[in-house]
Amino acid sequence: MAVETREEAVTIKHHSEDYSVVGTRPVRHDGVDKVTGAARYGADVSQPGQIYGAVTRSPHAHARIRSIDTSKAEALPGVHAVITSDDLADPGDKVTGGGEATAVPLKYKSGNVLARGKALYHGHAIAAVAAVDAHTAGEAAELIEVDYEVLPPVMDVREAMKSDSTLLHDDLHTDFAGEMSEAPSNIAAKFLFEEGDVEAGFAEAAVVVERVFNFATVHQGYIENHNALALWHGDGELTVWCSSQGHFTIRAEVADILDVPISKVKVIPTEIGGGFGGKTTCYLEPLAAALARKAGRPVKMTMARADILKATGPTPGGYVRVKMGADSDGNLTAAEADMGFEAGGFPGSVVAAGCMCVFAPYKLSNVKIEGYDVVVNRPKTHAYRAPGATQAEFASETVVDEICEQLGIDVLDFRTKNSAEEGTWRAGGPAYGRIGHIECVEAARNSEHWQSTLEKPAGTYRGRGVASGFWFNIGFTSSAIARLNPDGTVTLLEGSPDIGGTRSSIAMQFAETLGIGFDDVIPMVVDTDSVGYTDVTGGSRVTFATGYAAHEAANDMRRQMIEGMADVWDVAADSITYENATFTANGESASFKEAAHLLNEDTQQIIGKATVTPEKEGNAFAVHIADVEVDVETGKVTVLRYTAIQDAGVAIYPPYVEGQMQGGAVQGIGWAFNEEYFYDDDGRLRNATLLDYRMPTTLDVPMIETIIVEVPHPGSPFGVRGVGEVPIVPPPAALAIAIYDAVGIRYRDLPMSPHRVYAELAARQNGAGA
Amino acid sequence: MATEILSGKVHVNTTINGESTDFLAEPRESLLEVLRETLGLTGAKEGCNDGNCGACNVIMDGRLVNSCCVLAVEASGADVTTIEGIAGPSGLHPLQEKFLEHAALQCGVCTPGFLVSAKAMLDENPDPTEDEVRWWLAGNLCRCTGYDKIVRAVLDAAASMRGEG
Repeated sequence: MAVETREEAVTIKHHSEDYSVVGTRPVRHDGVDKVTGAARYGADVSQPGQIYGAVTRSPHAHARIRSIDTSKAEALPGVHAVITSDDLADPGDKVTGGGEATAVPLKYKSGNVLARGKALYHGHAIAAVAAVDAHTAGEAAELIEVDYEVLPPVMDVREAMKSDSTLLHDDLHTDFAGEMSEAPSNIAAKFLFEEGDVEAGFAEAAVVVERVFNFATVHQGYIENHNALALWHGDGELTVWCSSQGHFTIRAEVADILDVPISKVKVIPTEIGGGFGGKTTCYLEPLAAALARKAGRPVKMTMARADILKATGPTPGGYVRVKMGADSDGNLTAAEADMGFEAGGFPGSVVAAGCMCVFAPYKLSNVKIEGYDVVVNRPKTHAYRAPGATQAEFASETVVDEICEQLGIDVLDFRTKNSAEEGTWRAGGPAYGRIGHIECVEAARNSEHWQSTLEKPAGTYRGRGVASGFWFNIGFTSSAIARLNPDGTVTLLEGSPDIGGTRSSIAMQFAETLGIGFDDVIPMVVDTDSVGYTDVTGGSRVTFATGYAAHEAANDMRRQMIEGMADVWDVAADSITYENATFTANGESASFKEAAHLLNEDTQQIIGKATVTPEKEGNAFAVHIADVEVDVETGKVTVLRYTAIQDAGVAIYPPYVEGQMQGGAVQGIGWAFNEEYFYDDDGRLRNATLLDYRMPTTLDVPMIETIIVEVPHPGSPFGVRGVGEVPIVPPPAALAIAIYDAVGIRYRDLPMSPHRVYAELAARQNGAGA
Repeated sequence: MATEILSGKVHVNTTINGESTDFLAEPRESLLEVLRETLGLTGAKEGCNDGNCGACNVIMDGRLVNSCCVLAVEASGADVTTIEGIAGPSGLHPLQEKFLEHAALQCGVCTPGFLVSAKAMLDENPDPTEDEVRWWLAGNLCRCTGYDKIVRAVLDAAASMRGEG
């Protein structure tokens, strides 16, 4: 159901400290299992009689598959099954999708799981085998002989967009608002968002700044490897264990790819070791299932790190051009952007989100934004924490800084003056409800960090930067089922994989609704047969939407308990009141726990349930402040101090709100300074290890200071906005601006790794000397 | 002869978390594989299988090692401590307590490796500075937390073990 009004909703209070459970810092429910090694992640699950799978991958970035000879692999002792795309269902013209991902043709989804006719990137899965152990399976995978016709790789977005470029898909045409281009193209889709009159707006401007930014492909970098375990039952039912951000999505995709009725597939979620958007789709699950069907044995698969980097969802590299104008008073008059994002081997990048985010922190009447979704011979890209926003807002926030510099206006004053607020129409819509960007700017201004002076000892190059960020935080659908136990505790069943403490943040909203304790709620993430449909853990939506479902399930439980107690006490239900976790009527009184006992004695089963699809976006804003020091002899940039400020709405579980802010900031720091995919001229990935794809370590970052701003979200019973994604958005811009403050050079390409930073410093040095 | 040795299984006796343990392993199997797949000790995780993420860390004869980079047969006669052996009979280790108290984990998959690494450090240096903690833990990757709360938890656990907590 779409939630429009909140029957029996609690009053939204302005601060988390106004509640008794919400806003507290208890130890999370799953904590002990996670510090003792007892927590079961996907690869930790086994089944009796299981065998192991492995995948044969393309050594080429772009090649036609003429034939596949599996005979040698099949002949290897210990091998039980070999599959190619012929063992998957013919996808035809079916469409699949869901959650954060746009609905996509099944042929792309299935073709990414196992190549069909063509290998489209280095590491593209071609075939899979199952054998008695992982080593034998790996050997067998190498015995599969593939006859390739190698084609020229198309690696760069701008090259791919040219009309004479080599085509990845002969039947792909550009989709522009439903109209398909006549000629086939690598441009899968064009997006256009236009408001007002940008030409007129730029004519009013005293300052116009137009810049082009480039950014490398980066990976989500979750530490847990992809995994799947599949077991077929004698009656044709399939059980899959895996760690994913959404087991309902995996169920739908496996059912589609294998052409099995969805009701025959049960997906059991395990603990998940990070995802950041990269585990919202399937890779190994359909392969394990197809192998298990052929072998007649359960099949377990895990993906090696090199294959994760080569073949699972990085997030797009590409370019953004931004042009912004402001009048002499510092009012923005117009903004224009166009951007091309790598989709990877199949259509469907996050470019549309980038378009809608690029100017989202600002109030603008004249806007034009174009986006291009472009296929290239790289792995199919996927969401990565505020997908598309980081790239887009890196560009616009850097241009904002340049406008402020040219006008001589304080960067925070500029933001206050131009900030989006309630009623501002965002490009692509809708108009914002109550949002908290200005409050974040004010919190930044008042912060100890901003108020302090950055010390710049002689001979050092230090600077400070500040940048804003926006992400939507959409609700989608969530379900919850609450079972009352005889001892007065509640088992709370939910369908949102817990990727960072959400069992507890959801349970806290349940407990607050009924006035019971944190430890009285036992939250459990359960399989696709055991709770109502729930979209992926993504979009910063779980504490918001699944928390909302828990709140509604608690209301349902209270209604049922009141009716049940009416029977027990033989009174009219409407004579019973529930306050301070106590039922009262006509002199009778029972605490929540006593009522649970009485209802159980009366053989009543109380099962509260709810499914919600909240309509109002959470709309998260953040402002980050960074101090850096540049080593001008090496180009290495060190972060000296970092503060993340963010509107959480109401911080349900503050230590984990801080944790999201800190983790997002550090991922953003890695994106800004280190991380990138290196391909050689043949389109082969050359840095597919965690040594060479270098994510931040403890040594690369300082403590991350956090300031939680609370502007309650009117669309959530507890004012939740969602916190996970937006903290990755501001870092690259804040750091680029800080580097400019330190050395006077604007960096517009990510990552700002030492060799890039040094090259510009050296060029300036040489230019000055010439 | 050489081929036979490589294809056959080798009997290994070792001590794991204080218990004498026997297993059969192929020479090509890593200690991590045997811990997880043969012995069912799945607390150590595979994140990279080449010594770059630290999620599989165990303490072997007093030394912190990546169990993915140790052959199982090399553990013959060794004394191995895994995450499953960190907690004592009286409850959680102070590091485990402090990780929970400081919310020093999110998804939790790197947590066993961090705890084992931190324990190895505190066994050697009970009073580390923040810089020393950061140096010691630089071989463990965490993608969720940004390390802030992990470093604080380790410093607090060290203080608590010194009786200053």
